[in-house]
Amino acid sequence: MNISRRQMLILLPAAAVAWESVLAGTPESSPNYKMTDHWWSMLIDISKCIGCGNCVRACQAENDVPDGFFRTWVERYHVTDWHLENPEVISPDGGKEGFPSVTEDDNGKYFFVPKLCNHCADSPCTQVCPVGATFISPDGVVLIDQTYCLGCAYCVQACPYGCRYIHPQKKVADKCTLCYHRITKGLTTACCEACPTGARQLADLKNPKDPIHEFLRTHNVQILKPQMATGAKVFYNDLDGSVR
Amino acid sequence: MVALYAVGTLTFLGIRAFFVPHSFGQYGHYRGAAITEIAAHPIHFAGHQTCETCHADVQEMKKTGMHAQVSCEACHGPLAKHADDPSIQPAKLDTAVLCVRCHAASAARPKGFPQVAAAEHSNGLPCETCHKPHSPAISAGGAK
Repeated sequence: MNISRRQMLILLPAAAVAWESVLAGTPESSPNYKMTDHWWSMLIDISKCIGCGNCVRACQAENDVPDGFFRTWVERYHVTDWHLENPEVISPDGGKEGFPSVTEDDNGKYFFVPKLCNHCADSPCTQVCPVGATFISPDGVVLIDQTYCLGCAYCVQACPYGCRYIHPQKKVADKCTLCYHRITKGLTTACCEACPTGARQLADLKNPKDPIHEFLRTHNVQILKPQMATGAKVFYNDLDGSVR
Repeated sequence: MVALYAVGTLTFLGIRAFFVPHSFGQYGHYRGAAITEIAAHPIHFAGHQTCETCHADVQEMKKTGMHAQVSCEACHGPLAKHADDPSIQPAKLDTAVLCVRCHAASAARPKGFPQVAAAEHSNGLPCETCHKPHSPAISAGGAK
């Protein structure tokens, strides 16, 4: 059989593509969960957060988060009068054990802001990973393949929300998975489950019956750092302008 | 020359197949199998629906009270092990710590949320002397 140089140049890449598809195998199927049917997000209602720290403790228990590190944490803001650019922000131990009581301040206001990975649709963290160890899943959750992560911490630097850390024992990047192991089983996240006031709600933007659509339509909802164009999917109701 | 080109290409593909995980590129520029591995992590919070399958009496008591929307594990903590094996008993709760975590008076909390200065409010008595945690209004009474 005579193969011309032109035919060879066409055939070899075709063979390479065919071989690649053989190696990839068939996609794993889950009988009860279809990734393409979901686009996960979270709604946080600042007006309902009481700063109890339940979410932080629940996250640590559910995900074996090491002490001193947080996949979610709560900040307490104190904004005096017109000083929106310089709020006093505290988060003792991530707000895990709550916050010290404060008395009424006629000169300012206090409020709590729970924070977590924003599961950005255009996330800077996934873009800087040199090995493809962090990615956004087909259902909109930013995840880390910890068996593939090098621990270079580029993603930790790239996250504008400070949501990532290097796990002290595993030496790889770690962050909120939106309790992916729960939401794919039809459960809500541990933080939402443990929140006593319903300040945190898991939401599926692809589900037309999800109450988040009505909420977004009827409330003043914001995302953090919209100027970064990250496509953040954690929505905050009643968010003060002083929050960064 | 053609043979050399073919051998070189096959060698490259062989090395690539060895080093690149099989599911890499399945959904995008990452290892597709990582998704199912993460989804397979064990759960610790069983979820209130699971609790309610056995504890319908508590659910009944809760549903008219102020704690109707508070899930069981918000106070009782993660109980997936108890749900799997009911002989594993949950830890006894300390209401002196538990109640004030949410209800200690603080100006930082939303104004409409029930808050008390615990020491003055109860004179040192435990909260459950008057308030039953599953239905806390005093007029509601309740057994536990």
